[in-house]
Amino acid sequence: MGITGHLHWLPKLADADEALRALARIEDPRERLDRITALARHQLDFIQTGKLDRALEKTRAELLAALGLPQIKLAWLSSSTVDHQVPSTRVAGLRRGLSIQSYVAPFNQYRQALLDPDSPLARFAPQAVLFAIDPNELAPSVPLSASATDVEAAIEGRVSEVRSLWARARAQYSSLVIHQLAPDISPSPFGSYDRIVPGAPASVVAETNRRIARAAAEDRVLLLDLVSASARLGHDVWFDPVRWHHAKQLIAPQVTPLYGDLVARILAAARGLSKKCLILDLDNTLWGGVVGDDGLEGLVLGQGSAAGEAHLAFQRYALALKARGIVLAVCSKNNHDTAEGVFLRHPEMAIRRDDIAAFIANWDDKATNVRLIAAALNLGLDSMVFFDDNPAERAIIRRELPMVEVPEAPEDPSLYARCLAEAGYFEATAFTAEDRARAEQYRDNARREEGRRAAIAAHGDLDGYLASLEMEMIASGFDEVHVPRVAQLIGKTNQFNLTTRRYSEEDIRALARDPSAICLQVRLKDTFGDNGIISVVIARRHEGDEGGAHAAEGAYRIDTWLMSCRVLGRGVEAAVLNVLAQAARERGARALLGEYLPTPKNDLVREHYAKLGFEKIEGDHAGPGSSRWALALLRYEARPVHIQVRGAEEP
Amino acid sequence: MNEPEIYETLTRIFRDEFDDEALTISEATRAADIDGWDSNRHIQILAAVEAKFGVKIHAGEIEAMKSVGDMVRLIQKKHRP
Repeated sequence: MGITGHLHWLPKLADADEALRALARIEDPRERLDRITALARHQLDFIQTGKLDRALEKTRAELLAALGLPQIKLAWLSSSTVDHQVPSTRVAGLRRGLSIQSYVAPFNQYRQALLDPDSPLARFAPQAVLFAIDPNELAPSVPLSASATDVEAAIEGRVSEVRSLWARARAQYSSLVIHQLAPDISPSPFGSYDRIVPGAPASVVAETNRRIARAAAEDRVLLLDLVSASARLGHDVWFDPVRWHHAKQLIAPQVTPLYGDLVARILAAARGLSKKCLILDLDNTLWGGVVGDDGLEGLVLGQGSAAGEAHLAFQRYALALKARGIVLAVCSKNNHDTAEGVFLRHPEMAIRRDDIAAFIANWDDKATNVRLIAAALNLGLDSMVFFDDNPAERAIIRRELPMVEVPEAPEDPSLYARCLAEAGYFEATAFTAEDRARAEQYRDNARREEGRRAAIAAHGDLDGYLASLEMEMIASGFDEVHVPRVAQLIGKTNQFNLTTRRYSEEDIRALARDPSAICLQVRLKDTFGDNGIISVVIARRHEGDEGGAHAAEGAYRIDTWLMSCRVLGRGVEAAVLNVLAQAARERGARALLGEYLPTPKNDLVREHYAKLGFEKIEGDHAGPGSSRWALALLRYEARPVHIQVRGAEEP
Repeated sequence: MNEPEIYETLTRIFRDEFDDEALTISEATRAADIDGWDSNRHIQILAAVEAKFGVKIHAGEIEAMKSVGDMVRLIQKKHRP
């Protein structure tokens, strides 16, 4: 494989070196950034990645805040040299839509950096902290002859210390904490027998990693798993003893592009940028052969043939993704009934028709169909992954819809699942009950849509339909059990989001404890099923004298108002306002102040407050298109809704 | 690989690493002669040399490489059958 090919799911570039040199000739920094981003989405080795990063840093300086990418400040706390890992992490961030600003704490001084309230680390104020303590430093030093009990006790001590560092990082900076899990790379004294001797370094590191992983789950710390990652390409690719002895570099320079991508995908996931939907082609992707030509009997699927088993394994992987909350869609150039027939009638199919949330099979171009799928599912195009064995179809989607991820499908179907898995499009930072139920919710939603169309066709009456849904809303303060789901909504909701403020789980817990804040998590049920928590509102007591006359009367400022697009058009917003107004009144507020901060994705809610009867009090207060609104509570009457509101408001 | 070819590839490595298309190197060029050639850069250059020339530089050979000329001689030695 050489030094390229580590990011095998990305397309290759014919003359990368020339393309990189050509960057310097692009005058306009915006145009240069677009070109740099496009290059970042291709396979580059570590030398090319370094060059691209230098062009990026120069361009960033020219564009400053106007980049428009979500930003994250990452602090590196390590016991080895990591400076050479920073450029490829930045480039990988760009690839995944994130601007990563890094601070590297002085070599092996992570404890001091954390404990000193006036350190450069403290002044950097990180939003994410990566602990990269190399495994042979983290694991305790024990004699080869140590007993299992001695080893356990020594490990316990080390793990406790690490946990207190995590707790400190999180408490001090309200930050995301990521712990790098790395394998033992010391030479083996026993061979295979190492794993039977508790004091052998391989055993001690393995046991330490096991304890760390368990502690991370308890302390809600994320793991950067280099044990699994390095197993794939091998230790010789990842770890070079010459680099270690010369410069205390744990990670070999050649593998830094892949390392950077592993870090960036975790940060992007934490910022809600992971993909949500997998769009699958059918012929030669989910099965071998072309159903329109070969008929049902001619398809290669299962039945003990190598290719057949490979396609089936890929179907099972798609189902595993669905089980963890990824939405599946189909986009195929086929007659609709012919394509659907395979799902309904082929005995070897693992994926059933109702596993697919959006099924499009026709003779239109795939770019149009991908847009239709996004609209039908109410998901952004930038949350889609498009998997197709046909390079021509892939090229069309890359050209027409550059925000859609299109992996380079390998020639051999045996490698399809691995390609998707290693590309890391769906990196997770949580696994909530909502994730588990997502497929059902999409199915329920499809039924609601059917019901709605039928009701309108029958009575011409949306009100009648809404009443027939028997909707029930439960609004309460943030409770511990739902903190991950609230964090997920806050991190991932981009369209129905008035101010797009991002908060960590720690921030959310702090808000829940603040008696002067109004925090609402809103759950919606109807006759078709339980939608789960679909809206989050945060309001704070208004300080300062912005807002003029309203401020003098005592007001609550709505800091955050977001809602899942799945429940648009049902009056949920009005019902939430009723709850919010009552909660504010109970705290003696006489007005509610709202704010709209425009982003490329939330034009949908530009007139949200107008529709709810707020008065616009200021325009463009925070840049063009922004607005502030006020609603006097004295004369506010609950708006009529077809929703029964249950449950007390916040405690 | 003959000497002019080695210099051509090495020059490309240096120009890419220092982002300077006008950079020239000679037998006597040392770290002090190029702005920004610090220890971090040095590791990157060595890694690039290994990757581009397909050679492996041993721990014992690193300290001995003080100038571009030292690099060229090492590459020639490793390329000889």
